[in-house]
Amino acid sequence: MYEKDGEKYFIVDGHVHYWDASPANQANKYGTGFIDCFYAYHANLSPPEWVWPYERFLKYDEDEMIHDLFEKGYVDKAIFQPTYLTDFYVNGFNTTEYNGAVAERHPGKFITNGSFDPRDGEAGLEKLEALHERWDLKGVKLYTAEWKGDSKGWKLTDDWAQRYLDKCRELGIPNIHVHKGPTIWPLNRDAFDVADVDSAASSFPELNFIVEHCGLPRLEDFCWIGTQEPNVYGGLAVAIPFMYTRPHYFAQVISELLFWIGEDKILFASDYAIWEPKWLVEMFVDFQVPEHMQQTTDYGPISVAAKKKILGLNAANLYDIEVPAECQLAGQPAGASA
Amino acid sequence: MPTGRPTGRGLGVTAVPQTTDRAAALTAAARSALDAVRDPELDEPVTDLGFVGECSVDGRGRATIRLRLPTYFCAPNFAFLMVADAYDAVTAVEGVAHADVALIDHFASDEINAGVAAEAGFSSSFDGLAEGELEELRAQFLRKAVLAGTDRVCRPLLAAGSTPEALAALTLGSAPPSGDLDRLRSRRAELGLAAGDGDPLVIDPTGSAVGLEALPLHLRRARTTRVSIEANAGYCRGLLAQRYGS
Repeated sequence: MYEKDGEKYFIVDGHVHYWDASPANQANKYGTGFIDCFYAYHANLSPPEWVWPYERFLKYDEDEMIHDLFEKGYVDKAIFQPTYLTDFYVNGFNTTEYNGAVAERHPGKFITNGSFDPRDGEAGLEKLEALHERWDLKGVKLYTAEWKGDSKGWKLTDDWAQRYLDKCRELGIPNIHVHKGPTIWPLNRDAFDVADVDSAASSFPELNFIVEHCGLPRLEDFCWIGTQEPNVYGGLAVAIPFMYTRPHYFAQVISELLFWIGEDKILFASDYAIWEPKWLVEMFVDFQVPEHMQQTTDYGPISVAAKKKILGLNAANLYDIEVPAECQLAGQPAGASA
Repeated sequence: MPTGRPTGRGLGVTAVPQTTDRAAALTAAARSALDAVRDPELDEPVTDLGFVGECSVDGRGRATIRLRLPTYFCAPNFAFLMVADAYDAVTAVEGVAHADVALIDHFASDEINAGVAAEAGFSSSFDGLAEGELEELRAQFLRKAVLAGTDRVCRPLLAAGSTPEALAALTLGSAPPSGDLDRLRSRRAELGLAAGDGDPLVIDPTGSAVGLEALPLHLRRARTTRVSIEANAGYCRGLLAQRYGS
């Protein structure tokens, strides 16, 4: 929980990882390239005092993570989004099991999300069921741009993907996080194309589709879809740290999101350990659309209520997380039933 | 920033005079040719973006070009287009006899460089991937560039008091001249969209005039598109600076 100027903010960090990119776990040069890429995001967009040494970034301790998120970082609940990348890392980058082991050692702190790849066919469906049984999944994280053998990626509209989504519906895994953002492996396809989310969201109105990184670098396409589909949400990971290095652009990006999809559909996320929640939360609560932009455009100020929703109440609704009364909006019990 | 010039392929460049420092003159000409090569996604010249790590031509006309990108995993489809366009642009410079154009520090460097050097095209360089998809991708991003450019031209007009009625009635020839207008016109021409003086200023992706009724939403999408592209360009510049120093 974060408190500022008498207002209490319930914090759900919608996107965290407990990864291992140590040299011992790197399977090849791609594993090195991948974590170097992450480190560039980290070092480029963090305030200098929040930049980690490279060595620590490769692999951090569980205790450090708990401290950064919950003791220092105001986070009430953090959602693990696994990133397998088993072609790059011997034991995977951060799998459901690896994240989940941490979650089990710290009851009540984390939500452990799973993942699936429709190219695994029938066997993958069984694997998803087993994963759900083991971790009681409330969400999955999907990477449509990931290579697999000869395949250079997949789409939510593929036949097999539809079967997996149907399985999620059947099992009661309501939250589908789709990575549409920084590249993992696309070649000739536009891996960021969010059009398949549109179609899947229409076909599965019972599921919530959270587009991670707000579709950046395709913000405009994502916003357009978000206005058509009531069950499409935007995750702020990668977008929110712009607030420090490029506040003007962040003001535009968040204003566009507020205009097109609205304050009920935007979810805070640090993408830990790429960024730490403490400075993001503090800076976001203090953030405001600059005066001159409010005057010369139809961008409005971001209200305290909107910030409370974005920082935690929206995710609490999706994940059915109990929110203390003092953090709820007046007259609007949040986190009751999604 | 140079605007209104087509990308690499078949580009003619002014002849280089025989000077005492032929290498320097050729290098300058090659650099200027690279100004016409754009990142298809960011719609800015690779030179301005800092993607040209090295550009030199020796006295015998042998050019060495090294391109670099913000990350190891930057989308290889766009990378391929940039390396191929750079190759075409530099080899079109009069006096350049041979060009060694290569992308460095990228996971697909080897495939891209070999493909471009052999003038093999994308589909030959990456087995099983279609060339047509790449050209469609280029067109798709040109359409976005047109939309973003529409915002750059229209926003100042509205801010200066133009009514939506007046804006909807404007043609490329009757809109106030500006660098942004030239750029918009050239992107439209590149896409094969109407780009003459008498053609409407605000058109939809098919080239038809956007009527008064559809104008507000169209301009709103244009603005979001511009914000998105500019945010991406800012992000890429930051990552490049992080990777190679400013």
